[in-house]
Amino acid sequence: MNAHLQPTGSAYFIASETQLVETHTLAVLVDNEPGVLARVIGLFSGRGYNIESLTVSETEHEQHLSRITIVTRGTAHVLEQIKHQLERIVPVHRVVDLTVRASELGNGAPLERELALVKVAGKGDARVEALRLADAFRAKVIDANTEHFIFELTGKSSKVDQFIAIMKPLGLTEISRTGVAAMNRGPQGM
Amino acid sequence: MTEETNERNEMTGAEIVVRALRDNGVEHLFGYPGGAVLPIYDELFQQDDIQHILVRHEQGAGHAAEGYARSTGKAGVFLVTSGPGATNAVTPLQDALMDSIPLVCLTGQVPTSLIGSDAFQECDTVGITRPCTKHNWLVKDVNDLAATIHEAFHVATTGRPGPVVVDIPKDVQFAKGTYVTPQTAPRKSYHPNVQGDLQKIKAAVEMLASAKKPIIYSGGGIINSGPDASALLRELVELTGFPITSTLMGLGAYPASGKNWLGMLGMHGSYEANMAMHDCDVMLCLGARFDDRITGRINAFSPGSKKIHIDIDPSSINKNVHVDIGILGDVGLVLEDMVRLWRAGTKHDKKSLYPWWEQIAKWRARDSFAYKNSNDVIMPQYAIERLYQLTKDRDTYITTEVGQHQMWAAQHFHFNEPKRWMTSGGLGTMGYGLPAALGVQIAHPDALVIDIAGDASVQMTMQEMSAAVQYEAPIKIFILNNQYMGMVRQWQQLLHGNRLSHSYTEAMPDFVLMAQAFGAHGIRCEKPGDLDDAIQEMIDVKKPVLFDCRVANLANCFPMIPSGKAHNEMLLPDEATDEAVANAIDAKGRELV
Repeated sequence: MNAHLQPTGSAYFIASETQLVETHTLAVLVDNEPGVLARVIGLFSGRGYNIESLTVSETEHEQHLSRITIVTRGTAHVLEQIKHQLERIVPVHRVVDLTVRASELGNGAPLERELALVKVAGKGDARVEALRLADAFRAKVIDANTEHFIFELTGKSSKVDQFIAIMKPLGLTEISRTGVAAMNRGPQGM
Repeated sequence: MTEETNERNEMTGAEIVVRALRDNGVEHLFGYPGGAVLPIYDELFQQDDIQHILVRHEQGAGHAAEGYARSTGKAGVFLVTSGPGATNAVTPLQDALMDSIPLVCLTGQVPTSLIGSDAFQECDTVGITRPCTKHNWLVKDVNDLAATIHEAFHVATTGRPGPVVVDIPKDVQFAKGTYVTPQTAPRKSYHPNVQGDLQKIKAAVEMLASAKKPIIYSGGGIINSGPDASALLRELVELTGFPITSTLMGLGAYPASGKNWLGMLGMHGSYEANMAMHDCDVMLCLGARFDDRITGRINAFSPGSKKIHIDIDPSSINKNVHVDIGILGDVGLVLEDMVRLWRAGTKHDKKSLYPWWEQIAKWRARDSFAYKNSNDVIMPQYAIERLYQLTKDRDTYITTEVGQHQMWAAQHFHFNEPKRWMTSGGLGTMGYGLPAALGVQIAHPDALVIDIAGDASVQMTMQEMSAAVQYEAPIKIFILNNQYMGMVRQWQQLLHGNRLSHSYTEAMPDFVLMAQAFGAHGIRCEKPGDLDDAIQEMIDVKKPVLFDCRVANLANCFPMIPSGKAHNEMLLPDEATDEAVANAIDAKGRELV
């Protein structure tokens, strides 16, 4: 029953890479107190888990609650461990695997959005082309002079990736991204 | 104190600390003073409710608090200063985390205005101790101090117990604030599940009733759950007639004298326990965590069995080994339900287990803890056997260091009650046993407390003999002295062509003279014929004792599951020739520890 576990160069037996690695999005509701983010990040680095994206902000001011959204990769076994390990942290209220929840609800995948600020500097044709493409992506111009634009773009991470790739030859100079915010469809709360 | 006269409970932070300890039932506090905790020490000086035990090194304070906690079931409490005081506390904190021991560690910190300035004796205590505690707090406002300390005790002692740290800057200790009494309502995010899911427990009982080759594998969780859990475990074993084995941490929960006892399992466990684990059809794991020392090669671990796992920590279930039924809860409460359901009409014929017990008897007949005794030299196993025989009728507590002596103690000293056996299991901390014995003795002043030690381990925290002398704690340090780091040497023989790199202590101190230097009593014994009298002298002396027991230098600890091997591939003592030892571990297993 444990045939998938292979010995590695240590006392521990870790799932081999032949197991299917999945990307999941976790929502973690925590008390907004000093050090709580360090506890979450320390858990991931200390136990060798991956973080692909991490977003945190206070969501319920009066109750001092913050929501951390983590996109992580691992086998089903590792993902379950991550959830349980997060639940052990004292200021953690709830951990919901939004990806698992979405499939339980029959929704496919959770809604995920990211905001990016993208600075593009240039003159002439490149500048015109950048503005035209930004319009096609529904990016907003939030700052500009004759030599640059700053675009604000919201969408799935893949859309942001694509926009950045397109801007590269057109004078891309700076990128700032928020990381993923995520939520499931339907009337139910987390 | 002045609580009646001062209704507003205004007091300094240092007073709050002492009052909060008292209100949480603390009677003994292990510690070491320093600049950043002086206000608290000043308060301790002016009261008599809490006895402070001055250690010689902060690591000693932590291990003493662990010994205190393991032998009483209460939280062990220790107080250290900032910077080096806090960093020295890290080893016992991690030790307690891995063995689920409730510890409350109070650390001094530089004043809040200096935090982050690289001040004298400053370190990022909450940062350093974050991964080695269950939770930790930096208290920046004196008005949060009392509630934080109360919460610290609550977190340390409930759910899966563990160590916590409360870091208190010096200005907070001086500042005046309001004291609040221990809260009954803890924070919302912390709510350990203690009651097991009844449907799953029913399914588990049905699975157990259908077993033809069952085994119960119990662990430290039974001890942590309390005396009721041990009593219920004994009742369940009696009701079902199942064989039972235990981890190192769980020894004593089921009595070693019990007829269903198979001995400890795991790397140096008994042949019958490991073979029964390998061949069983239903395994009931109670408060243990499928540690790598227990499972051996994990893809060959008990391949044909259905597994039931009861644990209070959800992350322990399905972590190393996939189980068929995982029940989250306090093992004592779950056992209560199991026993009740079993009694309520489970149809199970003990006779159906006869073939299984016959098989176990065959394994048992291999006598896997056997050793060849000698008239000329003391065999370490013999020394433990004699120690057991001469102390078994007394109120005895055993601690150990880490290494061969620890495994021999687990094999040859027999525990019939829980909380009598204090050893560093998960972290494997050499130097644990001597200060732990001090902690046990402080909690049980009239008991016989023995640290079964190795000559190398005992030198790591030897300084605490001085504390033992100061507090007239008559701990007995029984050193199995073979001049080697025996377990290191054993592995060098197994893995590294018998090249004994730095595992021999060429300049061994004279432990008898050392005892005298501390103001303790020293005994040396070199011949098997003198051993009983020497042990009796150790018991009778009303002082701390260093007992230098010179044992066979090259004895090794068997049986053994070599790294990378399965439970049914044990190396037994009668098979452990030099050649077998040299070839016991293949290339793959060499990478493991």
